Amino acid sequence: MAFESLTQKLGNIFKKLRGKGKLSEADVKQAMREVRIALLEADVNFKVVKELISKITERAIGHEVMESLTPAQQVIKIVNEELTLLMGSKQSRIDFSKDITTIMLVGLQGSGKTTTAGKLGKLLSKDGKKPILVAADIYRPAAIKQLQVVGEKLDLPVFTMGQKDPVDISKASLEYARRHNYNTVIIDTAGRLHIDDELMSELSNISKTINPNEILLVVDSMTGQDAVNVAEEFNKRLKLTGLILTKLDGDSRGGAALSVKAVTGCPIKFVGMGEKLDDLEIFHPERMASRILGMGDVLTLIEKATQDFDLKKAKELEQKLKTQSFDLNDFMEQLSQVKKMGSFDQILNMIPGLSPQKLKGVQFDDNELDRVEAIINSMTMEERSNPAIINGSRRKRIAAGSGTAIQDVNRLLKQYDQTRKMIKQFTGIDKSRKKGRQKLPFFGF
Amino acid sequence: MGFFDRLKQGLSKTRESLNEKLDSILKFTKTIDEETFEELEELLISADVGVNTTLELIERLRNKSQKIKNPDELKVILKEEIISLFPKENISLDFPTIMLVVGVNGVGKTTSIGKLANKYKNQGKKIILAAGDTFRAAAIDQLEIWGQNVGVDVIKHQEGADPASVLFDALQAGKARKADMIICDTAGRLHTKKNLMEELKKLYRVCQKEYPEANITSLMVLDATTGQNALIQAKMFKEAVDFSGIILTKLDGTAKGGIAIAIASELGIPVWYIGIGEGINDLQEFNHQDFVEAIFA
Repeated sequence: MAFESLTQKLGNIFKKLRGKGKLSEADVKQAMREVRIALLEADVNFKVVKELISKITERAIGHEVMESLTPAQQVIKIVNEELTLLMGSKQSRIDFSKDITTIMLVGLQGSGKTTTAGKLGKLLSKDGKKPILVAADIYRPAAIKQLQVVGEKLDLPVFTMGQKDPVDISKASLEYARRHNYNTVIIDTAGRLHIDDELMSELSNISKTINPNEILLVVDSMTGQDAVNVAEEFNKRLKLTGLILTKLDGDSRGGAALSVKAVTGCPIKFVGMGEKLDDLEIFHPERMASRILGMGDVLTLIEKATQDFDLKKAKELEQKLKTQSFDLNDFMEQLSQVKKMGSFDQILNMIPGLSPQKLKGVQFDDNELDRVEAIINSMTMEERSNPAIINGSRRKRIAAGSGTAIQDVNRLLKQYDQTRKMIKQFTGIDKSRKKGRQKLPFFGF
Repeated sequence: MGFFDRLKQGLSKTRESLNEKLDSILKFTKTIDEETFEELEELLISADVGVNTTLELIERLRNKSQKIKNPDELKVILKEEIISLFPKENISLDFPTIMLVVGVNGVGKTTSIGKLANKYKNQGKKIILAAGDTFRAAAIDQLEIWGQNVGVDVIKHQEGADPASVLFDALQAGKARKADMIICDTAGRLHTKKNLMEELKKLYRVCQKEYPEANITSLMVLDATTGQNALIQAKMFKEAVDFSGIILTKLDGTAKGGIAIAIASELGIPVWYIGIGEGINDLQEFNHQDFVEAIFA
């Protein structure tokens, strides 16, 4: 297939390398050509690719690889390290040094500034800040309205002055924030082309007037080779302090991130991961590099799990597992816990070893979970705590009640049964090892 | 200003940079050697033409290189080869037509619809717009403002409504008012979201069922700054609504728009229109010959 993701591509290349005991110079060169194509297809800028490849080749051909027992592993490690290095060696945070933190969001049309303004506001208010959104896009039809609606949905205040001069709006918004005790001002500016001199001057005027803590360039992660030109020009005019990468929940991964970071030197501070208004994440360069290389993103997965799992409920569940009284109520409880972590696709993407290739054709339909929920909801309390009593006529009733087929009900009961059996095994191990850690039974959807 | 000039102006940045590079490559190369091809390859890749298409083009050049004496000739042949990659079909609309305008988030669907409506209204067509983006905040308002500016009717529901029901109403209105074109805005969606792509298929089915006499001519809007991901976008949207052509937007920036060449070559999908500015008239019919000429002129 022509449209393989970078992860898959590199995976295939290194599978070839893995078959060999030792790498010759020619092997490395050949692999590097493939890495080059893969990186180019992932929209990494060609200049960046050139540099990257020469660095990797140098290190790979040198003694590092030759002396190692598993040369292929070593090459992967080098590529990973160089990618990480390019993307910035550690995550960077927002500068909160002033009483009022001002953040300007800038970028091309359609990169996702307004949505990101909302997401960023939400994220910061979770951190205990008091943000206000400022509508400074006076050009696009209904842009102000859009920010207002976003603010309303997130319960964030929005400062508007209609179609006034954006410089005045920004200045006034700071005054307003000071008077009303908001400590974070997020300014949503109009999308513009980096070669539009007039509009670029407007931005630098805003910047000179309010002297913001952060000027963040919002970059669409699907951008091609031009991402570099855009970022360079914005950086030249405005001295960017960071980048926000949006639409990363699609299947274009990394390319723009790599090049923009490499060319401007600005750290990527956040990434937009979805359609929901709380899908903004802090950017972790080392995790991103691992993800590109198909090593999965275990750290994010663990973080998500600990963040979204209710500890108390987990304890209760643990107790139930131990006494083996795990019933359908618990089954559903667990389901909703998993659901909180995000869509199945998102979770699966973070699991190492699960390449998109292996999952090809497997569509994870989140509606499946809803269906399971509906089925369990159509059972009586008694049936839920003692599923053994569910006979044919009860199955029929449950199917009708949940709008599913009897086969669906049967499948669910079978899955529940398997889960139970597995728990038995797990708790058996648990007893012998005396380790009181929570186990996650497997769901077989 | 004629079409060619408009396009040239819009593409001037592209042309200058590409041309400068091309010239600078060719100027110092008296003989054509491996290095020439490598540099040409880089040039095409930097224009988002994509690895596959670039390699193919270079391969073709290489095969002909024995006969080529000087670098200027090489330029002419490269131009010819690129043009030959485009499908020969032109824009064809049979009225009444239903146009589903689809694409990923932020490519300029609503703006393009405004420009399209203006273009065809000026040709004397009766047009109805359907505010099918019920998801993004204020998308309906945005389309309505365009409707007012152009002077065409907009059929809308409230935010969060089912887009299929908006389309249904628009189709009924289109029949009743004898509209020539019903242009339906849709919410931006990533091609990887299965349920949202299913929603598009449903819209397509609604058109087939409710207004079988009309022609469904869908268009995909593509941001010219998009990289190689555009290929798979086009493929997935093609599967969902079988669109006929592409509207390539934001060509007034420094983006080279080379992705149009890749899509034409790998998927055989033509570009119908290009967006070269934010004004109401900044939508032009795409002409592949002029496009390539403008890049290399």
